[in-house]
Amino acid sequence: MLAEYLPLLLLFAIAVGFVGVSLIVAARLGPWKPGPVKAMAYESGIITSPETEIAGSRFPVKFYLVAMLFIIFDVEAVFLYPWAVVLRDLGWFAVAAMAIFILLLFESYYYVLRKGGLEWD
Amino acid sequence: MQAVFPLTFAALLFSAGVYGVLSRRNAVLVLMSVELMLAAVTVNLVAFHGLVTTDVGDPLLSGQAFALFVMAVGAAEVGVGLAIVLLLYRNRATVNVDDADLMKY
Amino acid sequence: MSALAQQLPAGVEIPEIPWAAISPELTLFGAGILVLLLDTAGPRRRTSSVIALAILLGIAALAAIPGGAAPEIVALLVGAGVLQLALTLWLHTRPRLLGAVLTVVALVATIGIAAWQYQAAANGGMVGTESLLADMVAVDGVALFTRFVVAGAGILTVLLGFAYLQDRRIHRGEYYPLLLFTATGMTLLASAADLLMVFLAVEILSLALYVMTGLARRDMASQEGAFKYLLLGAFSSAFLLYGIALVYGATGTTHIATAGVALSDPGTPAGLVFAGIALMLVGFAFKVALVPFHMWTPDVYQGAPTPVTAFMAAATKVAAFAAFLRVFTGGMEQLAWIWVPAVSVLAAITMLVGAALAVVQDDLKRMLGYSAVAHAGYAAIGLVAVSEIGTGATLFYLLAYAIMSLGAFGILTILERRQRKAIAVADLRGLWQSAPSLAVMFALFLLSLAGIPGTVGFIAKFGIVRAAVDAGLVWLAVVLVISSVIAAYFYIRVIVAMFMDDEPAHLADAPVPPASAASTAVSVAAVGVIALGVLPPAVIDLAERAATFAG
Repeated sequence: MLAEYLPLLLLFAIAVGFVGVSLIVAARLGPWKPGPVKAMAYESGIITSPETEIAGSRFPVKFYLVAMLFIIFDVEAVFLYPWAVVLRDLGWFAVAAMAIFILLLFESYYYVLRKGGLEWD
Repeated sequence: MQAVFPLTFAALLFSAGVYGVLSRRNAVLVLMSVELMLAAVTVNLVAFHGLVTTDVGDPLLSGQAFALFVMAVGAAEVGVGLAIVLLLYRNRATVNVDDADLMKY
Repeated sequence: MSALAQQLPAGVEIPEIPWAAISPELTLFGAGILVLLLDTAGPRRRTSSVIALAILLGIAALAAIPGGAAPEIVALLVGAGVLQLALTLWLHTRPRLLGAVLTVVALVATIGIAAWQYQAAANGGMVGTESLLADMVAVDGVALFTRFVVAGAGILTVLLGFAYLQDRRIHRGEYYPLLLFTATGMTLLASAADLLMVFLAVEILSLALYVMTGLARRDMASQEGAFKYLLLGAFSSAFLLYGIALVYGATGTTHIATAGVALSDPGTPAGLVFAGIALMLVGFAFKVALVPFHMWTPDVYQGAPTPVTAFMAAATKVAAFAAFLRVFTGGMEQLAWIWVPAVSVLAAITMLVGAALAVVQDDLKRMLGYSAVAHAGYAAIGLVAVSEIGTGATLFYLLAYAIMSLGAFGILTILERRQRKAIAVADLRGLWQSAPSLAVMFALFLLSLAGIPGTVGFIAKFGIVRAAVDAGLVWLAVVLVISSVIAAYFYIRVIVAMFMDDEPAHLADAPVPPASAASTAVSVAAVGVIALGVLPPAVIDLAERAATFAG
């Protein structure tokens, strides 16, 4: 039973090993010249300011709202996977059931849309 | 089947969640601890599938189906939870659980 | 794992959908969706979308006829289509009123269907039991009785809340859909025959209730109540779930009755059995608010908008107790030796602590919150009696408590509209002079909560005592009496303030338009308290015949 997970373990070991080896090799072989610009946190090229720093940061609420809505709708999709596996065996019954489920999802999506939940400003 | 490993892991995860709920001050972290508890239950449900030894077994895979429902409901719960925390924050500019002390005893 | 789900395993069939049996839930849920959609649309779009929906329902009805559906279903579909069309066309410029009316219609329909189902299933004797939807849903006495109480409480809540919410500017369009979704969750919870359904129903009702508690977005107490409710609710759900997972691990099933039988098999690992039962017990104790798992109750009751509090006290308690009854009394009867002592002790502590803490409260909503805790203890006695008498007594007690608490919180709703702030005991001084009818009705509800003869509260408590003595739990009956004596003190303190005090408080300063709907609701509750207190046999009989669980 557990033997089935051996490839997974192997993959995990390779991943950890790769990261570890890269770090060690880079530290040993690479030149080490620290400077104030290099020490700055990397923020995709944006000049860092206290506002954008991760620690103690304040993200605008709009990001959070959209993220939350995304998570909720995203997780609902989890029911599609087992459904897809047994769809052939269950036939039209399963299609109708999932249609109702999706319809209800769309209904809540419509509600979010109408209430302005997806507007950025 | 060594169900002991996942079950122990789940028990530890659940305990960590309970500890987090009881000890954390930050409301968001408390919510995350509740999620840890739910995750522990998910691990349990999936692990127990291999343990089931009754004659019928579990042809409906109800444990694994249950795990999916736990995940979906957990997401909804966090959605509502964060919304409420956000409202609380807007009203009082803090997410510290101990500051929610308008009503006592 | 690779062999999983390659094909449909033997013995698995596509379940027949029992449309008629689950029509109350479908009605409530469908109405919730409809009201939500109508609320988001403008007046013109409202009309056109509702016409489209009526056509859809008509098509469904036409499709159901050759499908061999019962004529009742077709009639229900057509009726629903015509009714919602007519109501929307009539009220399409007043969305809140439309929402309220549609909600009441759906709840009345639910009561009607439940009454019809009760009649058909009982047929003069005990209510028959049926297990449907691949054993997910049970239609039995407990489920049908709960449907009555929940839908009735919902109707009174809508009547109570309309003017109050308007005044506080929290009459949001989401209120009625949330109420309907909560009611759906409650009726589902009462008819859940599978632990999966129990979990889902608990979450449906809780998620909607969290939001309803925090409805007053500017009111800090409301936010705080919602927050505490959410945290402790999610916390307790996790315990309940862990217990369910352990029970599943021990038995390989989540079906309540099957799991109960398998759990009492000596071959089942004892550790899993004990831990599973204990954790589920903690989860349910949180939900029905047994001490020491009651901490959220006073805060949530105090913080929530008062009509929501009324609904919560009346309906949530019934639904949670129905599931508690089904899982413990119904499912784990053979394991009573494990959980009965635990629940008995919890009930005893709950009765005493709830009553004792209520004595020191000054805020009336909070006081009634603690009294709700004590009442949960009384109702739990019928549970530990593990008998038909006990189950019937608990069901009747919950009905009685629903009426009394709706009445008491209803009076507070009316008073709060006039005072526009939380009501303390001192604010009621001299209410007898300024509003005699309110004072008399409030006194009636408080006397009933205290359990004075002539009111439904007495009859209900009497039934509980009878069940306790019958089951040999005399000590619990004694604790109940002690707790009632403590509780009488604070109920009577309020009554004394209303009738005896000479210097009246300035309560009626803010003149508000009268809310005839709220007065009607409170009057209905008052009539119920007296009618069931004087002539209870018919309804007690209904409750006792409802003490059946689908196995």
